[in-house]
Amino acid sequence: MKSNEMRSINKIGFYIISLFFLALFGFPFVLTLMMSFKSQAEYMSGNYWNFPKQIFFGNYQRVLFSNFNMYFVNSILVSSVSVFLTAMIASLASYAFAKMKFRLSAGLLLMFMVGMMIPVHTTLIPIYQLTRAVHLTDNLAGLVGPYISFGLPIAIFIMTAFFKEVSDSIQESAVIDGASPFRIYWSIMLPISVPAISTVAIYNFLTYWNEFIYSLTLINTNLKKTLPLGMREFCGAETVNIPAVLTAILIGSLPVILFYMFAQERVINGLSAGAVKG
Amino acid sequence: MTASIAQRKKRGNSLSVFFFLLPALLVYGTYTLYGIVRTFQYSTLKWTGMGPASQAANVGLANYTRLLQDSHFWHAVGNNFLLVIVSVVFQLGLGMVLALIINTSIKGTKFFRTVYFMPLLLSTVATGILWQLLYDPYSGLFNGILSLVSPHEKLSWLGSEKVVMVAVLFVICWQYIPQYMILLRAGMTNISEEIYEAATIDGASPWQQFWRMTLPLLSGTIKTSAVLSIVGSLKYFDLFWVMTGGGPNGYSELMATYMYKKAFQDDMMGYASTIAAFMVIISLAVIVVFQFMTRAREER
Repeated sequence: MKSNEMRSINKIGFYIISLFFLALFGFPFVLTLMMSFKSQAEYMSGNYWNFPKQIFFGNYQRVLFSNFNMYFVNSILVSSVSVFLTAMIASLASYAFAKMKFRLSAGLLLMFMVGMMIPVHTTLIPIYQLTRAVHLTDNLAGLVGPYISFGLPIAIFIMTAFFKEVSDSIQESAVIDGASPFRIYWSIMLPISVPAISTVAIYNFLTYWNEFIYSLTLINTNLKKTLPLGMREFCGAETVNIPAVLTAILIGSLPVILFYMFAQERVINGLSAGAVKG
Repeated sequence: MTASIAQRKKRGNSLSVFFFLLPALLVYGTYTLYGIVRTFQYSTLKWTGMGPASQAANVGLANYTRLLQDSHFWHAVGNNFLLVIVSVVFQLGLGMVLALIINTSIKGTKFFRTVYFMPLLLSTVATGILWQLLYDPYSGLFNGILSLVSPHEKLSWLGSEKVVMVAVLFVICWQYIPQYMILLRAGMTNISEEIYEAATIDGASPWQQFWRMTLPLLSGTIKTSAVLSIVGSLKYFDLFWVMTGGGPNGYSELMATYMYKKAFQDDMMGYASTIAAFMVIISLAVIVVFQFMTRAREER
């Protein structure tokens, strides 16, 4: 009896703490959603953070008929091209690190791993100068190189660990059949590494999608901006129209949130990979 | 004869290794490695960034001596270390609490996990703008709540030298606690159920199980998380830049925001590179000290 009572008290305590954090992490999302249906007039009249008295769709119209579409396209372009190339380049290198014996193997792998410890912002000035020298400033293509370079260490880390787990016997029998290393990589290793590639892709896509300081430095023209820069642009242009600004934030974050809702396990696994084994 | 075949095979092997590694080496070399080397080279220049670096005057370590006396910079370093401490204590600490919550099998934890994780999906720009609005002195939510308690108080959260750091640090914790929640939770799933069952049979309370079993078994994950959090805090830029730009009066300046201002607003590329080089040195030093400390503890 007594232990039952204890247990229910524990349970109540557990729910109180959980609900407190639920409110803490959830309330900005609820508020944003609420605000997106509020007119500027209603906001200005003093109904700052309460429910809208009248449902208003004008904010969505306003955001969708602005440059926002362009920011979207830009972000999708840069992020997907960078993710694709990062995954390809990393899987090639990881295969060599995991399955081929060569001198300097450990040293070179370490060199890539150090990239996770170095503060990447410290390369900002040289990369800005380099990009300017090759006339790639204010060009979305100029972001791809740096993004891949920053995404490679974690990608190689995850994929090398994956390839090391793959049994050597598959490779050995292919060698006996006379398959070249590239052939083994392309038709055996790459197909079985799909889970690792998806982890790498999710992790890096989120990083690239939300990246700020490099795009801030390398892109100037409004129509070439990616979403994070675009949100700031929109926020600067509509400073007094708070509901529209929040609608922009909501729409800009929606693709990632929707993807998360549909593939929650994958996203969570993707974002927790890399730190467990360290 | 046989030797030459073996040799050819070996050469073929190293040739293919070369091709497998080439793309990665090229990209990583062009940006990351080149960047680090150049940062150190630029750090000795008196250079506005307008002309080419090759024509800038080399002033040796003059930028470094200047940096050592730059009180704005040391204020920024202080803020970075405050960020390190707050991140390790609160983000890892509360991340652990949340990980324990979502690791239980009580009803509702799946929904809790879904929501707890969401801040991590927002871009820092979105987070920054959102919280700026919540902190707004006139129409912000916090002052709205504050006014229920004391009607005439209007606190300028991000405009006050005393409050600004606390206000931004709160938002950083809000955004990154979920990161440590999922890292620690991933570590917890690697611990076998059986040892808990055995401990429960032996009469160990959940509290004892946490301190005597979960925590020691998670020490690897905790250590990795701490390193991530330290490195992240020393290079941090985004939220501070979006929410305060380092202000008011440099009270929320970080090394990275100070570097950015010197490079791209004050046209002092050389000096900014010195700051960047110093960031590399400080980060590596802190990591080495941390590794040394945790290793020494493990050996004891």
